[in-house]
Amino acid sequence: MSDVVLRAEHVSVEYAGPRPVRAVRDVTLELRRGEVLGIAGESGCGKSTLAYALARMLRPPAGLTGGSVRFRGRDGAEVEVTALAGEDLRAFRWTRVSMVFQSAMNALNPVTSVGRQFRDIFQDHAPQLDGSAIDRRSRELLEMVNIDPGRVRSFPHELSGGMRQRVAIAMALALDPEVVIMDEPTTALDVVVQQEILDEIERLRAELGFSVIFITHDLSLLLEISDTLAVMYAGKIVELAPTEVVASAPAHPYTLGLLRSFPDMRGARRELRGIPGTPPDLRQAIGGCAFAPRCDYAFEPCATVLPERSGQAACHLHNPALRAGGPPPQLSGGRAALREAEGTR
Amino acid sequence: MSTLEVRDLTVEFGQRGGTPLRAVDGLSMTLREGQTLALVGESGSGKSTVVRALSRLLRPAAGQILIDDERVGRRGSGLRAYRRRVQPIFQDPYASLNPMHDIRHHLARPIQLSRAHLGGHLTGTELDGAVSDLLRSVNLTPPEEVARKHPHELSGGQRQRVAIARALGTGPDVLLADEPVSMLDVSIRLEILNLLDALKRDRNLAMLYVTHDLATARHFSTEIMVMYRGEIVERGPSDEVILSPAHPYTQLLAAAAPDPTAPRAEQAAARRARQAARGPKTAPAAERRETALDQGCRFRARCPHAMEICRTRPPDLQVTSGHLARCWLYKASGPAVA
Repeated sequence: MSDVVLRAEHVSVEYAGPRPVRAVRDVTLELRRGEVLGIAGESGCGKSTLAYALARMLRPPAGLTGGSVRFRGRDGAEVEVTALAGEDLRAFRWTRVSMVFQSAMNALNPVTSVGRQFRDIFQDHAPQLDGSAIDRRSRELLEMVNIDPGRVRSFPHELSGGMRQRVAIAMALALDPEVVIMDEPTTALDVVVQQEILDEIERLRAELGFSVIFITHDLSLLLEISDTLAVMYAGKIVELAPTEVVASAPAHPYTLGLLRSFPDMRGARRELRGIPGTPPDLRQAIGGCAFAPRCDYAFEPCATVLPERSGQAACHLHNPALRAGGPPPQLSGGRAALREAEGTR
Repeated sequence: MSTLEVRDLTVEFGQRGGTPLRAVDGLSMTLREGQTLALVGESGSGKSTVVRALSRLLRPAAGQILIDDERVGRRGSGLRAYRRRVQPIFQDPYASLNPMHDIRHHLARPIQLSRAHLGGHLTGTELDGAVSDLLRSVNLTPPEEVARKHPHELSGGQRQRVAIARALGTGPDVLLADEPVSMLDVSIRLEILNLLDALKRDRNLAMLYVTHDLATARHFSTEIMVMYRGEIVERGPSDEVILSPAHPYTQLLAAAAPDPTAPRAEQAAARRARQAARGPKTAPAAERRETALDQGCRFRARCPHAMEICRTRPPDLQVTSGHLARCWLYKASGPAVA
C-alpha cells in the first residue's frame, strides 16, 4: 500500500488576469496505489483546479505557477507530469490518468451516440484497434458498469442521469488507467442512484486496482468512501489524515465545522449551525490563516502568521510554541471528547 | 388561520403519440400556518411538479387548491391574489435571478406588485426602505450596498437569500421551497435552512419543503410526505417516518442516505452485501424499474417484499395513528380512517 502512484509537491495554480486568482497555493500530497483519496472543500476552494492540475488539463487563463507532479507507473516508469509536452502529454492523458468530469449530464456529447464517443477515445489513443475490436471493447466497458451493451447505439438524452454517469465512468476506464480523478461524480444524482454509483466505483476499484482522487463538497460522502481525506480551504490543504482519524478526531476548526454541517439522520435533534461567513477573495494576498475570520477558535497569531501543516492539520492551535495549553477539547481528539464538549455547550 | 389545502391534485403532461404522462396522481395535503411539511422523493418522482402546480405555473388536470377554504380563481384578480399569498423559492439561485438586473430591481418589483392592489405605488425613498427591510430580514447587510449589486457579484448562498427575500416581498402566507439548498455548499446549507425556519416562525408562514435529503427533512419539518412516481406512498410525523420508515421505498431511501457515523468496516460490509443482492447483471433490472406500470403498486418492480396482492393498487393503510403507508404490508392494521 505504500507504493505511491502520484506525488504532488508544492503545486500552485493561478488564474491569470489583472489581479491573478491564486486558486491553489502550495499543495503537497501523495496518492498511493489502489487507495481512494478524498478532497473536500466548499465551492471556490480550488479542489477542482487542483484536480485539473494533477491531470495536466488546466486551460488558460489557469496555469501552473510552481511545484511538480510525479507519476510512477505499474511498470516502474517514472514520469515528470509537469514537464510533459506535445505527443508525450497526449499519450499520458487518459492512458495513465483519466477523469470523470463534474455533472456527466453535460460531459457527454449530446449529438453523437455513446458508441461513437467510445470510438473517439480508441481512435486517438489506441490506433492499433480496428472497428470490430473497438465495438467489442465498448460493449465490454458498458457491461462492466452494468449498462446493457446494446446502449452503444443510444444517445445521451436517452439515458437517465445515473446511466450517463456510469457511461462517463466507463469512458474514464476505457484505457485501463492507473489513476482516475472524479470531480463531484454524484452531485447531480439523488441518494439512491448515488449509492449505486459509489458501490460501483468500489467494486471496479477492487477489480481493476486503480487509484481514485474523489473530489466533492459533501464530506459525509468521503467519510464513507475514501481511505485518506484531504480538506481544502482557500487553495490550501488544511487537514490531511486517514479518513477514520478525520472522522473521529478532526484537528482543524474548519473540518470540525464541516463535520457539524450536516444533520445526523437518526441522532437526537440538536441545533445546527453550519459555518457562518464566506471564504476569502483569492485575488488578495492572505496574511496568516485564511480561515481565521470565520474561526471560533482564532487567537492572536492566526491573523498574521501562516500556519504550516505539520502532522494532521495546518492550525496554530496545535503548535505548542504558540499555544502552550494545547488545543481546545473539541479539537484534541476523540468523538467522545466532541460529544462531551457539545453536551456542555 | 391561513391554510393551503390541496385535494386530489393531478398533473399530466402530454406526450407525442401516447397517453399523457401522469406526473402527479391524486395528491391531497394541507399546509398549516407555522408548520413545515416536507415532501421527499428521488429525481423524477414529481416533487417539483407539485410546486409548479401549487404556484399556478402550470394548470393541473384535476383537483382543487383551496386557500382559507376558498377556491383559487382561474385568472384575473383572484389568481393574482393567490400568487401574492403563495410564493415559490426555486432550486437554482444561479438561474432564478436575472443577470441583467440589480438586486434592488428583483425586490422592488414584487413589492410594487403587491402594493398595486392596495392602490398606490411606493415612492423612491419608501421603496428603497422596503427593499432594505427585505434584505435585512434575510441577513444580507449592509442592505444599501447589496441592493446595488448584480447577481454575479453574489455567492450562491447570498443569491438564495435574495430569492427568499423576493418571495417575501409580496407578504405571502405560504412558501413553497423547492430544494432550496441542494445547489449550495454543505457548509452554508444549514444557515439557509435555519433562516427559512426562523422566517416561518416569525411570520407564521405555512411552508412546503421539497427535498431529497431525509436528514434535513427530518430536522426542519413537523410532518413528512414521501413521494414515488407521482403518488404519496407514506406520510406521518417526521421523526416517525425517518426513524421507523414503513413503506419499502422509504426504507430504501433511508438506507441509501450516507451515514457518516457508522464505522467504515460496517459500511464496507453493507456495500458488499448490496452488491451481492443486486447480482451480476443488474442493467435490465435498473431499466425495468423505469418502465411504467399501469395497475398495481408502482414500486413493486423494485420492492423486496412484492407479493401477489401488489398487482392491485394499495390504498393508504394505517401504520400507527397519523402514520400512513400506501402498501399492502400494512393490510392487517386496516384501512386508514378518512
